[in-house]
Amino acid sequence: MAAMEAVKYVWEGAIPLQIHLHQSEVTTLPPPPPALILAPRIGYLPLLLPHIKPYFSSTLPPGVDTIWFDYKGLPLKWYIPTGVLFDLLCPDPQRPWNLTVHFRGYPGNVLIPCEGEDSVKWSFINSLKEAAYIINGNCKNVMNMSQSDQVELWNSVMNAGNLEAYLRVSSKLKLGIVEDEYSVNFSSCSTKSRQGAGETDMAGQVKTGRIPIRLYVWSVSQDFDDVEDLPEVESWDKVSYINQPLEIIIEEGRYFTLYDAVRTLLPEYFANRPLINEELPREEGADEQNSPSEDASRNRTLEDGEVDTSGNLQTCCTSSNAEIKLLRIQGIEPKLEIPFSWVVNNLMNPERFLHICVCLKVPKVNNT
Amino acid sequence: MDTSFFNGTLSPREFSLASSAFADKWRRFNPTFPSWTWVPCKKLPWAPSDEVEGYLKLENVCLPGSSKVDSEGGSCVGKEETSCSDNEDLIDNATLVQSSHHEVHYYDFHIVYNASYRVPVLYFRAYCSDGQPLLLDEIEKDLPACSAKLLLESKWTFISQEEHPYLNRPWYKVHPCGTSEWMKLLALGDAVQAKNGVSIEQYLVSWLSVVGQVVGLKIPLEMLNDS
Repeated sequence: MAAMEAVKYVWEGAIPLQIHLHQSEVTTLPPPPPALILAPRIGYLPLLLPHIKPYFSSTLPPGVDTIWFDYKGLPLKWYIPTGVLFDLLCPDPQRPWNLTVHFRGYPGNVLIPCEGEDSVKWSFINSLKEAAYIINGNCKNVMNMSQSDQVELWNSVMNAGNLEAYLRVSSKLKLGIVEDEYSVNFSSCSTKSRQGAGETDMAGQVKTGRIPIRLYVWSVSQDFDDVEDLPEVESWDKVSYINQPLEIIIEEGRYFTLYDAVRTLLPEYFANRPLINEELPREEGADEQNSPSEDASRNRTLEDGEVDTSGNLQTCCTSSNAEIKLLRIQGIEPKLEIPFSWVVNNLMNPERFLHICVCLKVPKVNNT
Repeated sequence: MDTSFFNGTLSPREFSLASSAFADKWRRFNPTFPSWTWVPCKKLPWAPSDEVEGYLKLENVCLPGSSKVDSEGGSCVGKEETSCSDNEDLIDNATLVQSSHHEVHYYDFHIVYNASYRVPVLYFRAYCSDGQPLLLDEIEKDLPACSAKLLLESKWTFISQEEHPYLNRPWYKVHPCGTSEWMKLLALGDAVQAKNGVSIEQYLVSWLSVVGQVVGLKIPLEMLNDS
C-alpha cells in the first residue's frame, strides 16, 4: 500500500512552468504575458502544444509552426521527460521554471526533428521496446500489443492522469519487478495478489536481471556546499548521457543499494571503493553533521508537495576519485543506502526506464 | 564465442575485437574503397578509464545506387559497381552536369555498439559536395527500392533521426531491435556450413551483409566466404 502511494505520487508529479514566447516571434505590443502551465513530470514538452498554442497564436509571425523550447539559451531535448530535464538543468529548483517557447527556427543541427505528437509517441514506444528487450531479452510483448492497448497506453501517458489504465495495459507486457526481499507487489487484494505472484514468478524465471537505466552525468571541478552554488549546464556537450542497462548482482544476506547501482554504472570512479556496509557509519556521521541542511531540505520537500524521503545532499568520496555531489531521481534525492529495488519499482518512468541525474566533482588534474 | 553467437549478441569487448577484424578484412578485400577506421571515444570525457570504447567510421562514401540513379535518370540497369574510383567520379560529375544537374551525395557511416540490445547499430548521415546535409526525402531517393518502401510504411521503427551516442548530434539510425534474432539465424546457417562454427571476427561481416543492404552499402562476396 505504501509502495502504491509512492508510484501514485510519481505519476502525479508536476512542475509549474512559466513559458515566455521568444522575443523574435512577438509581433504585437505589448508582448504577450507568459503562459502558466503545470506540466507532468513524466510527460514530454511537445505534448504541451495544445495548451500553449492558443495562448500565443495571435502574436506569431506568418509561417509553419515547429515548436521547441529553450532554457537560458539551451535547446531542450524533447524526448527526455520534462521532470528529468528539470532535475538536470535546475539543480536549485526554480518555481516556476522559466522556459522560452519557439514556433520558428527549429535548431535541426542540434535537436532531432519533432513532428508533433507522433514523434513523441514513437520515441516513447521505441524506448518501451528497448526496456522490454533489456528486461526480457526480446520485445515481442511490445511488438504484439493490440492497437487498442497501444492507444490506451499512450493516452494514459499523454493525459498523465490515468495510472490505473497504464498499470492495466503495462502489466500485459510482463516487465517484471525487481526481485529481492524488499520487492513490493502492485496487487492489493488477495486473489489478485496470488495471480500476480504467479506472473511474477514466471517473469522472474525469464528475466536476465538487467535494469533499464538512463544516466545523465555532469561534472564540476570546484567544491560547493549548497545546490544554489552549483554551476548550471550551459551546453549539452557538458552532459554525458549513458544509456546503459544495469546487471543486478545480489549477494546473499544483503540487498543491492542505490549506491551499489551508481558504483556499477560508473566503475571508473568507484573501482576501489569498499563495500557499502562498511561505509554506512561514515554516512551516518555525515548525516549528523548535516542535520540543519537535512531539516531544511525536508521542509522544502514537504512545502513543495513532493515525496518526503528525507533527502539531503549526499557526499560520498575517496581521496583520488570523483565525488557524488548531487543525485536526483523524480525530483528527490534518495539516500544512497536505499534498496535499489525500491527505487526502480517506484521511481521509474512509464517507458520503464529509471532516469538518474548525477553531478560529480572531478579532481582538477583530470580536466587538463 | 559459441555462447555469444547462440543468442546473436556481442559483449563490448567482443564488439571491439570484431571491429578490428572487420576493418582489416575490409581493407584487404576493398582496397579501392575508403577504409573503416576505429575512433576511440569515452562516454565520460574526463573519466580515467582504461577500457577502450569507441566506434567504427567510414567517410565520404559515394553510394553506387546514388550515382547510377542520378546519371541514368532513375534507371539501375547496367553492370554493378562496388566502388567509386576517381575516374568514375569524374565521369559521374560530367554526366550529372550535362543531364540532370543532380549533385553527388556523400555518406558517412558509423557502426556503434548498443548496450541495450547488445548489438552493433548503423548510424549514417548524408550531404552534398558542399557539405549541406540532406533531408530525409532526399535520402529516400538514394535508398534501394525495398528500403524506400519500408521507410514510407514505418519510418518510426525502421530508419529515423536519433542523437548519435558519442557526437550528440542528429544522425540517421537503422533501428536495432530485431538484430539479435536474425544474427542468430544467420549464425546458425553459417555454423552448419563451417566445421568449427562462426567466429567473433566474422560477426560484423555477416551483420553488414544484412544491414548494409538497407542503405545500399555492399560487401564483396569474397569477404563473406573468407572465414
